[in-house]
Amino acid sequence: MAGLFLKDIHKRFGSVVAARDVNLHIPHGRFVCFLGPSGCGKTTLLRLIAGLEHPTRGRILLEERDITDQPAHQRNFGMVFQSLALFPHLTVGGNIAYSLRIRKRSTNDCRRRMDELLELVRLHGYADRHISQLSGGQRQRVAIARALAIEPRLFLLDEPLSALDAKLREDMQLELRMLQQRLGVTTILVTHDQREAMTMSDLIVVMGPDNQVHQMGTPLEIYRHPADTFVADFIGTSNLLGGVCSGRRQVAVSGKTLRVEAMPETVKEGSAITVSVRPEDISVAAGAREGENHLQGRVTFVRDVGSSVEIYLDCNGFQIVSQSTPKSRPAVRQGDAATAFLPPSACVVLTA
Amino acid sequence: MIGDKPRGLRAHLPILYPAVTLVVFFVIPFGIMLAVSFFQREPGGFYTTDFSIDNYAGLFTDLFGRVLAFSIFISAFCALICVAVGFPFTYFITRMPRRAQVVWLVILVSVLSLSAVIVAFAWSLLLSQTAGVSNLFVWLGLMEKPVSWSPGFWALTCGMCYIAFPYTVLVLYPPLSRLDPHLPEAAQTLGASPVTTFFTVVVGSLRSAIVATLIMVFAFTLGTYLIPTILGRPQHWTLSVLITDEAIYRSNLPFAAAMSVFFMVVSLALVGLTMLAGKGRGPAR
Repeated sequence: MAGLFLKDIHKRFGSVVAARDVNLHIPHGRFVCFLGPSGCGKTTLLRLIAGLEHPTRGRILLEERDITDQPAHQRNFGMVFQSLALFPHLTVGGNIAYSLRIRKRSTNDCRRRMDELLELVRLHGYADRHISQLSGGQRQRVAIARALAIEPRLFLLDEPLSALDAKLREDMQLELRMLQQRLGVTTILVTHDQREAMTMSDLIVVMGPDNQVHQMGTPLEIYRHPADTFVADFIGTSNLLGGVCSGRRQVAVSGKTLRVEAMPETVKEGSAITVSVRPEDISVAAGAREGENHLQGRVTFVRDVGSSVEIYLDCNGFQIVSQSTPKSRPAVRQGDAATAFLPPSACVVLTA
Repeated sequence: MIGDKPRGLRAHLPILYPAVTLVVFFVIPFGIMLAVSFFQREPGGFYTTDFSIDNYAGLFTDLFGRVLAFSIFISAFCALICVAVGFPFTYFITRMPRRAQVVWLVILVSVLSLSAVIVAFAWSLLLSQTAGVSNLFVWLGLMEKPVSWSPGFWALTCGMCYIAFPYTVLVLYPPLSRLDPHLPEAAQTLGASPVTTFFTVVVGSLRSAIVATLIMVFAFTLGTYLIPTILGRPQHWTLSVLITDEAIYRSNLPFAAAMSVFFMVVSLALVGLTMLAGKGRGPAR
């Protein structure tokens, strides 16, 4: 199988474990995001792939070749650092052509490739500028062009957008994604921003504070079918209701019975499980109503942000958040009695 | 408040102390020396007030020219050696764990506590025929018989570099430890071997610090007086030795003053040229 394989990768710094038993397959030509909270080892994983760190144990394979012991400078990967790490003593052109110059390419070759790259990142005519004369977004582009100069086998990005302001950041996300699709280069981006990961990637690798990979899948898969409570909570917002399996496709939650559409086969009657429901799947109606998967409660807070309305309900000690569009906004106010309907198809059962 | 121009005497008080110190301990003595350099020597006495350029005219001799050239050469040579050795050395120190860095810096600072006299005599002993390292080489079978390397040019170079080396490292340490560790890493991901990385990125991005250190070590070693007299032969004596000789043993203060002023002007000119050369190339910040 083509692509990058991480096999049983384990990395320890002294007594601190940075990556725990990571097994991953990154298919050729895809845009993959390593997503997780700070300290989850996602940057370490990227540095291991780049060859800047050596794994304590485990192997790294690229196109069926073991590259674990290959030094970074022989791997032909392009990397964009969080600090960008642009060489302050070189011009924009000097930075971009650095990898070509040390490979002793001819001056004409360097010049041509440099112009190509400047065109690619829309910085035509900036070759002779100094790094200190550029804005944040332009520096970003220079770092990207520099990493792409040798047509890398892997394109690695370590939170390159975190220093930009929100607007520029969204533009760059789009731009980077389109660039990757145009070049077809296998790309790994490290981020702690789940929105960024959802926007850009073909595949998301979710890492947790235990330094393990929790789930890998397409953005929608991860959003719709989170593997565990950590993923459900970390990706978007989720209502997590602790309960007990009380029969085939039935969960007892605070004295009520919820019907779910799918129950993992490993779950036995009487075992503790968690039900995850996305806020936008929950509909709220005024007054106390009875019915299947209806939870009665009281409105504790209404947040109207214009594009959407969030209603917080207190249902027998459980907090339930629902989200709806302003058009379908239920007629409730803080303190009112209300009922939340949790459709069985939206209730995802999690065992961990 | 900050950024406002200070008004009135009270606001200027904080800078009064350094200003007075500078004038009393630097400007006035230099003024006296400058004045004396135009005075007339009185044989058998001190000097008489005068304005003559005879002292400066007396500088244009073979001996003075040769000593001046040698002084500048040996200082520049030592500065080059110190930076060439000290830069990679300091780079490796800054890559070490914090604790190891402190140990190295403490060792270097303790070397500074040695006086030039002790350093000079230690080197002269170390390079002597009777007790020097050549005996060790003979024992190892590398040499036929022990030889004396001191006094001599290389003995002088060793002594001067030994004195200047800790300063070199201490001056290079701050910029090197501030170097973004991602810069060398970025170079490596771009295909540069560790050696190429060192020369193209580490040396390249710290060029202004290297030039500044060269100038510092050069200026620092220009003033050496004691080491050349112990570790050098008479042809290795620097201008400082000549000036001391003139001022103290021959009591020709006006001539010594003229030499000092001229020496200073030449050194400043050289420093200025080095700075210009450092600035001229590429986008130094």
